[in-house]
Amino acid sequence: MIDTASDIAADIAARRRSATDTIEATLARIERDNPKLNAFTAVTGARARARAAAIDAAIAAGKPAGPLAGVPFAVKNLIDIAGLQTLAGSRINRDHPPADTDATVVSRLEAAGAILVGALNMGEYAYDFTGENCHYDPARNPHDHTRMTGGSSGGSGGAVAGGLVPLALGSDTNGSIRVPSSFCGIFGLKPTYGRLSRAGSFPFVSSLDHLGPLARSTRDLALAYDAMQGPDSGDPACADRPAEPASLSLEQGTARLRIARAGGYFRGGASDEALAALDTVAAALGAEREVEVPEAARARAAAYVITASEGAALHLDRLRQRAEDFDPDVRDRLIAGALIPAVAVMQAHKFRRWYRDAVLRLFDHVDAILAPATPCVAPAIGQKTFVLNGTDVPLRPNIGVYTQPISFIGLPVVAVPVPPPRGMPIAVQIIAPPWREDIALRIAQELEAAGIATAPLPPN
Amino acid sequence: MTNEDDDLQRFIEAGARLLGLTVRPEWRDAIRLHLSISLQHTKTVSEFPLPDETDPASIFSA
Repeated sequence: MIDTASDIAADIAARRRSATDTIEATLARIERDNPKLNAFTAVTGARARARAAAIDAAIAAGKPAGPLAGVPFAVKNLIDIAGLQTLAGSRINRDHPPADTDATVVSRLEAAGAILVGALNMGEYAYDFTGENCHYDPARNPHDHTRMTGGSSGGSGGAVAGGLVPLALGSDTNGSIRVPSSFCGIFGLKPTYGRLSRAGSFPFVSSLDHLGPLARSTRDLALAYDAMQGPDSGDPACADRPAEPASLSLEQGTARLRIARAGGYFRGGASDEALAALDTVAAALGAEREVEVPEAARARAAAYVITASEGAALHLDRLRQRAEDFDPDVRDRLIAGALIPAVAVMQAHKFRRWYRDAVLRLFDHVDAILAPATPCVAPAIGQKTFVLNGTDVPLRPNIGVYTQPISFIGLPVVAVPVPPPRGMPIAVQIIAPPWREDIALRIAQELEAAGIATAPLPPN
Repeated sequence: MTNEDDDLQRFIEAGARLLGLTVRPEWRDAIRLHLSISLQHTKTVSEFPLPDETDPASIFSA
């Protein structure tokens, strides 16, 4: 069992092990296992070794080590790393100059003592739920190498689930942290829209883009999340509100929380595995009440339209000049998105106002809502369709049916893995009101303490 | 192809040309499929009645 980030940080701070030994072991594990998983697209070994030596020296000098002292982490390759090209999963961005500076989230994790060890594979330009990539080959699911990791943060899911790093960062526009968390069986946090700075990350859909952590435990999510909080003038959407640490309240329990499960739309189409995981979580929390998220299907449709259109606008020049250089699965969706009438996009933005107000009223009566994260367990790499609501539908556009209505209005979500006794893992979404990541994390912690939510390493 | 497919195909060809996009013949089926899905979603969104005064919830702060 690989250690969690919090175990590593505690050991290093107490001098039970060194940051240098930790990094050497991590780099060796990446070298050994990454050829099977294809999670990393770059390894920053020299930088990591220098950083580890500096942390060991600081600890030897009696200086504070930081809450993530010596914790190895890696980031989806749409997040800037000084000196590396920010690929965003594309071939085209290989022609970009290297980033001058690290993204805000990288700087903040390192300020807390964490050590960057590399950049991670992803679906091209984040328009993806599979983890496949024709330029860099697919990230592979550590629980079954023939299956998808989910995407678009596929390398982030694979690297954490495979034990290469205890902590990774991903982005989530429509589900790209929560889908890999589900398919790979790990914990993922998509914070409130505007909570974490996106400065220094390659965009996709401005009004939907979030960054967040993936890890093997709730505490690791909270530690990383706390370290990354705070205003940042580099991201116009980043909220001007002080950090609200969630780590301190993790153990407060759920006895006073009103927890319901989402019915209606969130039941339709879910596989037996998805519903079984939801039942297990709801039973453990005593969540007997069911609530209807109003117009969830329409919210998902609106998120889809905004994404397709805004993504196409972002890439229009590249589609004109270098269409042949895109991943075909992404290119064809982007060209289609360029042809969506603008009036429909405006209506989707207006509908979001109505939907936001309607969903927030639900939180007058409940503190958290449970829903499936994905309709099924990880499909096979290369699979193009799957059965949803009894119909064979294209896979890429439909894996996010349960995640899209939630990120559409920026609600914070923790995806908790609920592995069955046998077979592939799957996750459940714990959805909280805006700015209440602490509630979702408390619930996740309770499920983890009860042994319901867990992220075991796959057998070798 | 159905009449709707024909309409979509002509729309794609004309729209792509006007936007300065090249669509190779082997890309057409996938683009038509994805545009068809998107237009179904636009219909779902547009059918919802909203007051004229509803502000769009995109991002802005003065």
